[in-house]
Amino acid sequence: MDEARIIRRRLSPRLWLAGGWLLLALLAAIFAPLVAPQDPLAQDLMLERLPPFWLDGAEPGYWLGTDSLGRDLLSRLIFGGRIAFIVAFAAAIAACVVGSTLGLIAGYFGGWADRIISRIVDIWMAFPPVLFAILLVAVLGTGLSSVILAIAIIDWTRFCRVIRAEAMGQSRMDYVENARIAGYGRIGIMLREVLPNVVPSIVALLSLEMGIAVIVEAILSFVNLSISTDDPTWGGIIAEGRLSIHQAWWVLVFPLITLILTVLSFSQFGEALKTRFDPVLR
Amino acid sequence: MSACLDIANLSAVLANGQRVLRSVSLTVQPGEVHALVGESGAGKTMIGKAVLGVLPSSVRIVEGDMRLEGEDLGKLPPKARRTLIGARTALIPQDPLTALNPSRRIGPQMTDRLVRILGWSGDKADKRVRQLLDEVQIRDPDRVLKSYPHELSGGMRQRVLIAAAFAAEPRLIVADEPTTALDVTVQKQILRLIAALQREHGTAILFVTHDLGVVAKISQKVSVLYAGKVVEEAETADLFAAPRHPYTRSLMAATPRYTAPFASLKPVDETVLAGLAAEIAAADQAWRRPHG
Repeated sequence: MDEARIIRRRLSPRLWLAGGWLLLALLAAIFAPLVAPQDPLAQDLMLERLPPFWLDGAEPGYWLGTDSLGRDLLSRLIFGGRIAFIVAFAAAIAACVVGSTLGLIAGYFGGWADRIISRIVDIWMAFPPVLFAILLVAVLGTGLSSVILAIAIIDWTRFCRVIRAEAMGQSRMDYVENARIAGYGRIGIMLREVLPNVVPSIVALLSLEMGIAVIVEAILSFVNLSISTDDPTWGGIIAEGRLSIHQAWWVLVFPLITLILTVLSFSQFGEALKTRFDPVLR
Repeated sequence: MSACLDIANLSAVLANGQRVLRSVSLTVQPGEVHALVGESGAGKTMIGKAVLGVLPSSVRIVEGDMRLEGEDLGKLPPKARRTLIGARTALIPQDPLTALNPSRRIGPQMTDRLVRILGWSGDKADKRVRQLLDEVQIRDPDRVLKSYPHELSGGMRQRVLIAAAFAAEPRLIVADEPTTALDVTVQKQILRLIAALQREHGTAILFVTHDLGVVAKISQKVSVLYAGKVVEEAETADLFAAPRHPYTRSLMAATPRYTAPFASLKPVDETVLAGLAAEIAAADQAWRRPHG
């Protein structure tokens, strides 16, 4: 008990810092048209490569400077967050539902179900993920739904492997045997007895996966395979920033910082949530 | 009136053909405590699991039948068998740490079974569970019902499990070394509780243990098991007064005594074990001939 309380106290700032950043970024993305200081697509060659506000030559209203076409960087980051979060939530949830379901079935039922699912996972994991993603998007065609689908198709195995192992461990526990004796059906036991015990892991993985989805989306838009419209994406901004790194470093650095903070926050948030969901640690 | 549990000639094998139960026969009368005693690996727990229908998938029953209050478990379709076992039996497990679901509160875990499997109303189930908690001398049922398993001590958890086992009024309870995982002072209390509830409810118990001292205290009948074979079945009083099988005698001699704790510590006699090995080899030979 005491030990658990200590862990909880130590974890708390992590939860609040990570959650705070995510909330801030999420709200900014949702209310982008209201909070973005400029139109993210408006080009003005008179204002190209303005530095961020604390450097000489900065213009008021362009807090983080502008890119080589004179577009406001902060506004582009805020609008880019919309796509990042949509992809993060949709892809992670899709991967989670597919992977956790298969993992639960493989781990709890064992036998043939486990053998088939585990072999598929083994084969799946033999593909290099980023190349696989690029290949999938090339086949599915660019666009938001293709990106989401590609990430879900690649990353369900993460959930499957972990949840399988956890469900397998839980299934050997006496309380599962007790439920069998009491006369519960197999599916009922899987959902009522085993599932609640793997929920903390699912939550942690889900949050981690959101961070991974943000990275994959950034990679795809970096190689220009994400969404094909003009909407700004973090990966796209990074790709543009790379070209003008010597003239305007901020176009590369700020989206990178945003990306890193977001991905880090997702993983930390997940870990902290896991302990919250676990009655033994709570 | 038919016996509560009647096991006849039960044999089980592992995947590699090794026999783990060797033509086991035993009968538990209604309201009787029948102890299954033997060393670890003798197959005591296996018999309990076979009765409850939760043998590991590596163990296969190849012969014999089990009747629960006259119903032949082997002849029932799986679903009807599960329902019958669920309604008429319960388990008091060995390890109270793993026998409760760690992520669910005690209350719902106890009432769920009554409501979902036996179709009781929530109120009736709640009342029943509180009554049973009172019988196992839990004085603050409100707190316990709201607790998660890890918030209770081992002894408390075992009380909860005993209450849960008796709650559905089963005809037969399999108690699988229910005191082994507990410390010595708690063991006695738990044993007394099981005995008291058993008398009160008139439930038959198949009591699996390796402890002859426990056998003497709680049971009316004993089956002594060695290597999956019943070497002696007798009334408890008769067994202790005049054990017939040399292995039983040897087992009794091996039990430490308080008067001379160290002098009395001796392993089971070698010649007895050699005799047993021969007995089992002969039995296996005889068994294999018709079974290929």
